[in-house]
Amino acid sequence: MTAPAATDPSTAAAAAATEETTRTSESTAPAARLSHVSKSFGPPGARQHVLDDITLDVAPGEFVTLLGASGCGKSTLLNLVAGLDSPTGGSVHVPGGRPALMFQEHALFPWLTAGRNIELALKLRGVPKAERRPRAEELLELVRLQGAHRKRVHELSGGMRQRVALARALAQDSRLLLMDEPFAALDAITRDVLHEELSRVWSGTGLSVLFVTHNVREAVRLAQRVVLLSSRPGRIARQWEIAIPQPRRIEDGDVAALSAEITEQLRGEIRRHGRH
Amino acid sequence: MAGTETAHTDEPSPAGEDLAGLEAGLDALDTRTTTRPPLGRMLRRKVLPPLIAVLLVLALWQGAFALELKPDYQLPSPLMVWDALAEEWYKGTILGVIWQSVSRGALGFLVALAFGTPLGLLVARVRPVRAAIGPILSGLQSLPSVAWVPAAIIWFGLTDATIYAVVLLGAVPSIANGLVAGVDRIDPLHLRAGTVLGATGLRGIRHVLLPAALPGYVSGLKQGWAFSWRSLMAAELIATSPELGSGLGRLLDTGRSYQDMPLVLGAILLILLVGIGIELLLFAPVERRVLRHRGLLH
Repeated sequence: MTAPAATDPSTAAAAAATEETTRTSESTAPAARLSHVSKSFGPPGARQHVLDDITLDVAPGEFVTLLGASGCGKSTLLNLVAGLDSPTGGSVHVPGGRPALMFQEHALFPWLTAGRNIELALKLRGVPKAERRPRAEELLELVRLQGAHRKRVHELSGGMRQRVALARALAQDSRLLLMDEPFAALDAITRDVLHEELSRVWSGTGLSVLFVTHNVREAVRLAQRVVLLSSRPGRIARQWEIAIPQPRRIEDGDVAALSAEITEQLRGEIRRHGRH
Repeated sequence: MAGTETAHTDEPSPAGEDLAGLEAGLDALDTRTTTRPPLGRMLRRKVLPPLIAVLLVLALWQGAFALELKPDYQLPSPLMVWDALAEEWYKGTILGVIWQSVSRGALGFLVALAFGTPLGLLVARVRPVRAAIGPILSGLQSLPSVAWVPAAIIWFGLTDATIYAVVLLGAVPSIANGLVAGVDRIDPLHLRAGTVLGATGLRGIRHVLLPAALPGYVSGLKQGWAFSWRSLMAAELIATSPELGSGLGRLLDTGRSYQDMPLVLGAILLILLVGIGIELLLFAPVERRVLRHRGLLH
């Protein structure tokens, strides 16, 4: 396995034909490249194959959602890309360095204020002290939480916490943002608002996003490409390029139609498991 | 449908303002404001009940004295105890006696802190160390530290070293155990979040592990102080010698040797008051602050 590290020229060369300067290599190298990744857990004899032969590129600036029923290993896949776990087979390559990761729970540190959480992320990536406070204010403003710097985590609502978590993830200044069902625990109205917020932030920053969800409409609402995973083991079952122009809304006809198609496919995948 | 290329454009501004307004509304509806109750009510709820309890105990005590359940020299009245303490006060030595014990307790506690903290971290984070000494460490907590006094006297004689050895043997395990409990209660999600943010190794300990374990650590410190103080009194009471100066334990022993019950009760009261006072003035505010910041106090 290739550890997420600085741009690896050999892999980048395999992707693009040639590269004269680092600049072109950066613009053509994928934000994440997974080649024939497999992952199994447990002792030999009782091994559980969670992921099998996953090959997936996330292009720079691309928004990809990974969709699947439970047991498809989508969170495991995200952990592999985040470098929190290593694959059993195949390779995971993240040229831009350590990716940012947002969890289903906000995972903000309750001993710090909202602003300090962001400043810690800045500090850990080596931003000088004098620049941290203004940068944190900027990021809070980006998620429309200006003035929340001194708020304690428990004083914020669920939606506000996820926005601070988004700001903290953005503070890592990574080219790749991984999101593990970040809005699953929110109420429908708040989730809807955060979809708009995320779309807005994404189009403003040119980030690559790999977004895991089990919510088909959410996947279609947000992504440029939806990747459907089958379950046990997780394999790529099908992919859809989504051409519906942004800004989209979850109740749009196009979104609903494509969601229906993908849902049908997903149900088919789930039914297969009932047959034996 | 349009082509596969999606234009990255900002949303038109009316929609953006709409979203901002919606968000502001949601934020306002969902935000919980925590207000501290007014001082008057706090005093009535927190200070009045223990005050009444103390007055009740004093009244019962005075009643028992008035009924002459026991002779005077065994059961003096509250006033006699007060007089005994007042007499010590006028001798001008009592503050020195208290200071002797408190400074020893504080120094012993600080040294215990310096040993207990790395020990706790080691036990909490290094599996073989935990398997080896974890059970011993928690077992040591149930050993009354007074049991160490004879051993310490044989090792160090009647010196300050004996007293500090007993204090350390009492306090180090409880500080270390508090930290272990604090680390065990850390939400694994926070550790993962720390790793994702790049807080690994020493930076992980400094920025994630220690602050996350702080509530457990602080209650361990509180218990560590209680153990320090108890051990100190045991040591001072048993290891008495002119070189050791005169602490509260010594005062208690003096009372016993003169069969001076008012002085004995007075010394017990002082030991109790110092213990409670330090807990209330030092540890309780720190603990409340830690918990309030995390939204764990209501």
